[in-house]
Amino acid sequence: MPLLAILSPSTVEVLYMASALIFILGIKRLSGVKTARSGNALASLGMGVALAATLMVLGDVSWTVLLGGVLLGSVIGGLLAVRVQMTGMPELVAFFNGMGGAASTCVALAEMAKYVRGEPTTSVSSGHGFDFSLALALSVLIGAVTLSGSLIAFGKLSGKIWKNRFGPIGTQGLNVVLALACIGLAAWGGFLAEDPSSITTGHLVLTAVALLLGVGLVLPIGGADMPVVISLLNSYSGLAACATGFVLQNNLLIVAGSLVGASGLILTKIMCKAMDRSLANVLFATFGEEASGGGGADEYTNVKSAGPEEAAMILDSATSVIICPGYGMAVAQAQHKVRELAGMLEEKGCKVRYAIHPVAGRMPGHMNVLLAEADVPYEQLFELDHINGDFQTTDVAIVLGANDVANPAALEDPQSPIAGMPVLKVWEAQTVFVIKRSLSAGYAGIKNPLFERDNALMCFGDAKKFLEGLVSELKDL
Amino acid sequence: MIALLAPAAEAVAQATEAEGGSGLSFLVVGVWVLLLSIFVGFELITKVPPTIHTPLMSGANAISGITLVGALYCAGVGYEGMGQLFGFLAITMATINVVGGFLVTDRMLSMFGPKKKK
Repeated sequence: MPLLAILSPSTVEVLYMASALIFILGIKRLSGVKTARSGNALASLGMGVALAATLMVLGDVSWTVLLGGVLLGSVIGGLLAVRVQMTGMPELVAFFNGMGGAASTCVALAEMAKYVRGEPTTSVSSGHGFDFSLALALSVLIGAVTLSGSLIAFGKLSGKIWKNRFGPIGTQGLNVVLALACIGLAAWGGFLAEDPSSITTGHLVLTAVALLLGVGLVLPIGGADMPVVISLLNSYSGLAACATGFVLQNNLLIVAGSLVGASGLILTKIMCKAMDRSLANVLFATFGEEASGGGGADEYTNVKSAGPEEAAMILDSATSVIICPGYGMAVAQAQHKVRELAGMLEEKGCKVRYAIHPVAGRMPGHMNVLLAEADVPYEQLFELDHINGDFQTTDVAIVLGANDVANPAALEDPQSPIAGMPVLKVWEAQTVFVIKRSLSAGYAGIKNPLFERDNALMCFGDAKKFLEGLVSELKDL
Repeated sequence: MIALLAPAAEAVAQATEAEGGSGLSFLVVGVWVLLLSIFVGFELITKVPPTIHTPLMSGANAISGITLVGALYCAGVGYEGMGQLFGFLAITMATINVVGGFLVTDRMLSMFGPKKKK
């Protein structure tokens, strides 16, 4: 069925060029708050142009493979994107990212399979050239590391598996061994092996070892650092697509892949900077939850708790309030209740602001998305640097389902695993409400001395339920 | 850097020779494109408010699904057998990345849009 060979390769190349330009404009617009949505639409248009152009140059295809894959993928991807709760977003991005990496690996393996069948490959005139072999190995390697690394990050973020650092002994050593094995396998499968079965085996074993390497790289990293890891893996999936571009001799894959590779790297750097740590420190440091203890309830003394009634009375007389949301707010879906509470306080003439820690929640911008969903005005959201000086003059700071981002130990205890991390100085406010389900440790797995402060009141409970209680008490006052 | 590029340059020379010395090999052009794109990528991303880091990451991730273009070629001739199996997997997974990625980014960003008063 040669239905699809409508366009000449040169025409397709021009359309690819257009698509690459649209991607660049799309990313540009994605980087501004007001233009972001149109940027995303533009980027998807670029993708549409690229796919349409490709379909029109393919020539003979297996319809089962093409339509089957596209339909299955659309249904799975579409359902996941529409159904997922906003709290589950970071995990979903990790999962999609893993799929992208896996796809690059599979394209490279398909190309390898085609090559060993003796068919002329899309690239390389004389077959088994240096560039083909190198690109093939890199595409397989980076794609597979992205896949398994993203799936581990997915597991850690959804809290299902291995939330903490894992296997402190010898993991890095093992990774070095795995990395060396990858290089060896790539050299053997790509350059030394001559017969089809050795080449195939070489690349398949390379895939398996690279998958292990991805697990080994991400597994030892604590759950709190997963945003940085996902951002880095996002960069990798771009690089994998870029390597696939060299395999297929496709400039569009190279452009789009390297754009994502570069942007992911910059974003990763920005995120590390927000935590005041280097990327190497995030990836390799032995951040010991084990050493500092789990921070169980019995470790705390001088804890005072308050119910909604008492909290409402304090809030009633407050003239300025800063709300510091964290993952707990996301889990409880409490953003609408927060908005309602803020509205009531504002009617009483109280100044309400929100302090957004750069790594609050599970990803940068996580809190902003949720609060925007609840129609919280953008002007009320303040970044750490812009609001940290204002806690001193604030009546009430409400820590809503956050923990590590408001831990004074980061500034006061040089031995603390999070020492030096910028934190919200909530304890400088006259009163601090800590709305939290229990005294259990946060994602970093360490004790929070904030809970023992004289001006701290623990408000135990689910963030949404507690706020509901608080709102109804405020109405009654 | 130079040491890294040397084997590549050698390969380019060989490839160009193999093609009868006419025109540039794909590798040279590809590396040019790669370097310029990386530069553009760095410049594009340096000025981003933290608010939209997550949507940006998600949108960029959807763009990395561009590997779907490559995957589509694997449905073509010459990939029978194992190649076709990997081709099918590649198309499916890349489509999940593209469709899911753009949709979920749009969902996140729709919340930043103009506020509708109820």
